[in-house]
Amino acid sequence: MKLSSSAKKQESVFGHKAVPYLFIAPFIIFFIIVYLYPFFQTILMSFQRIDGPNHITWIGTSNYTKLFKDRNFSQSLMTTFRYAIWDVIILTTVPLIVACILNSGYVKFSAFFKSVFFIPALTSTIVAGIVFRLAFGTLDTSIANRVLALFGKPPRDWLMHADSANFVLILLTLWRWMGVNIVYYISGLQAIPPELYEAAQIDGANALQKFFYVSLPGVKPVLIYVITITVLGGFAMFTESVALFTQKYAGGIGRTIVGYMYQVGFYKSNLGMASAVGIVLLIIVLTVNLIQLIAMGFFRKEN
Amino acid sequence: MGNKTKKRILTFLATALMVILAIFTLAPFYFMFLSSLKPGTEMLRNGLSFTFDPAVSSFKNYEALNTYRDGIYWDWYKSSLILMVIQTLAGLILGSMVGYGLAMYDFKGKNIVITVVLLLMMVPFEILLLPLYQMLIRAKMINSYFGVVLPYLVPPFMIFFFRQYCLSLPKEMMEAAYMDGCSDFGIFFRIMVPNMIPAYGAMTILSCMNCWNNLLWPLIVLSNDRKFTIPIGMATTITPYGNAYDVLMPGAVMAVVPIVIIYLFAQKTFIAGLTSGAVKG
Repeated sequence: MKLSSSAKKQESVFGHKAVPYLFIAPFIIFFIIVYLYPFFQTILMSFQRIDGPNHITWIGTSNYTKLFKDRNFSQSLMTTFRYAIWDVIILTTVPLIVACILNSGYVKFSAFFKSVFFIPALTSTIVAGIVFRLAFGTLDTSIANRVLALFGKPPRDWLMHADSANFVLILLTLWRWMGVNIVYYISGLQAIPPELYEAAQIDGANALQKFFYVSLPGVKPVLIYVITITVLGGFAMFTESVALFTQKYAGGIGRTIVGYMYQVGFYKSNLGMASAVGIVLLIIVLTVNLIQLIAMGFFRKEN
Repeated sequence: MGNKTKKRILTFLATALMVILAIFTLAPFYFMFLSSLKPGTEMLRNGLSFTFDPAVSSFKNYEALNTYRDGIYWDWYKSSLILMVIQTLAGLILGSMVGYGLAMYDFKGKNIVITVVLLLMMVPFEILLLPLYQMLIRAKMINSYFGVVLPYLVPPFMIFFFRQYCLSLPKEMMEAAYMDGCSDFGIFFRIMVPNMIPAYGAMTILSCMNCWNNLLWPLIVLSNDRKFTIPIGMATTITPYGNAYDVLMPGAVMAVVPIVIIYLFAQKTFIAGLTSGAVKG
């Protein structure tokens, strides 16, 4: 009896007490240098004017007040919110629908399609953006304008107007990320016990009812994960907009919060104000994700 | 209408829909390759075209990659590859070690560390760039590869993933090894590492994808254009005016190659590993 209980004690801790700390030490050191120190430093910097390593002036909240008076910043906020909202809507629903179809058993060669949909994620956004820029170019012969011509519509400057520019951004993001989210959703769908579908079948549920009462609750943990990372990626978007609009952002079209931060910090060398932008971004992302997690009931079934 | 006919129609419709989506998915690659064979002036005048035109197509652009600004494209390529290897190796080794530690041991502060890891996955990394940049300046590490990989050495998403994966492995093996006199690190390297191959496969692809695509941080750190990565090099070659399509298009095609090769090699382990880790999240 005694022997087994002492053996049980060792079940999760093998050798010396210090050993687990050796395993996690790399993270602790990394966390302090790369996250914790820069995090507090960003907060401090957002209240400073920095004219050089030894020329720091404390200026209170004036970075923030200047920020919210800057039309370019409010435009970047608008661009980012518009993109992030559509990003979350499209990138959570479309891959979920495709995953359900792929998982329904009606699709032949579903493994092949799954692989094909994943390939765009392997390309770099900048590289893909070159093709998208051309496809949505201003030429009358660009692919998008030829499609418009098919419907008898006049050609347009896709990347020059906020709404159509946002559409192209979302399309680029969907093209690159659909396969990744499909893989997540399929893993969730396959974890649903088939008996649930059989029971629903016996109860006379149709395909739509099966989706809403069996599939959707089944993939909820995965759905929460996908929404959380999509919110983060959507509000912190930068690469996609550089790919389509270059770093010049003619007329401010396509400039996101991070794009604005980069311009203020590195073109105008105003590190204090750029830090304030970063803090605003952090508050937005955390608030949106907190609301989302509460709405999804993430904290309710904590055990 | 019989049940069988209904099933056949559904199969046809579902498969047809997937075929259409697959065509849209692959179309950009088709255009990319076709345009890489054409002179840049042709691209400026006519944009992308659906058909292959033998009169204006050749592999000349690919040769031009070697001569464009003394072969700077291949310098970018080398940079991207070096960074990808360092960053991925460091992440795999350190991430799996920490993930294993958090899964297998009980110790004071463990839950705090796990909470911190989860929280970090929700913080936009972009907000830390400015102080990190200042840190690199002070440490004289601007324009160094180490400076580029520093913020990715122990990625929280890898720690989380490896932890989830380790939780699913039987603990009996490790206890047996411990009874046989194996040390803690011996257990990790000799017994756990071989058992985590699918997890390593999944994380290799994810890490290579992230690194190959990374723009913002390398753009801040690297100032010498010979040390640029492919995304930075390409982004600086795109201008609002005349674009150097002779370089951009073949460059784009070549940039896709290595990552697709890695994917094809690790595809099976990738999907298996990714699913086993994600579900329990």
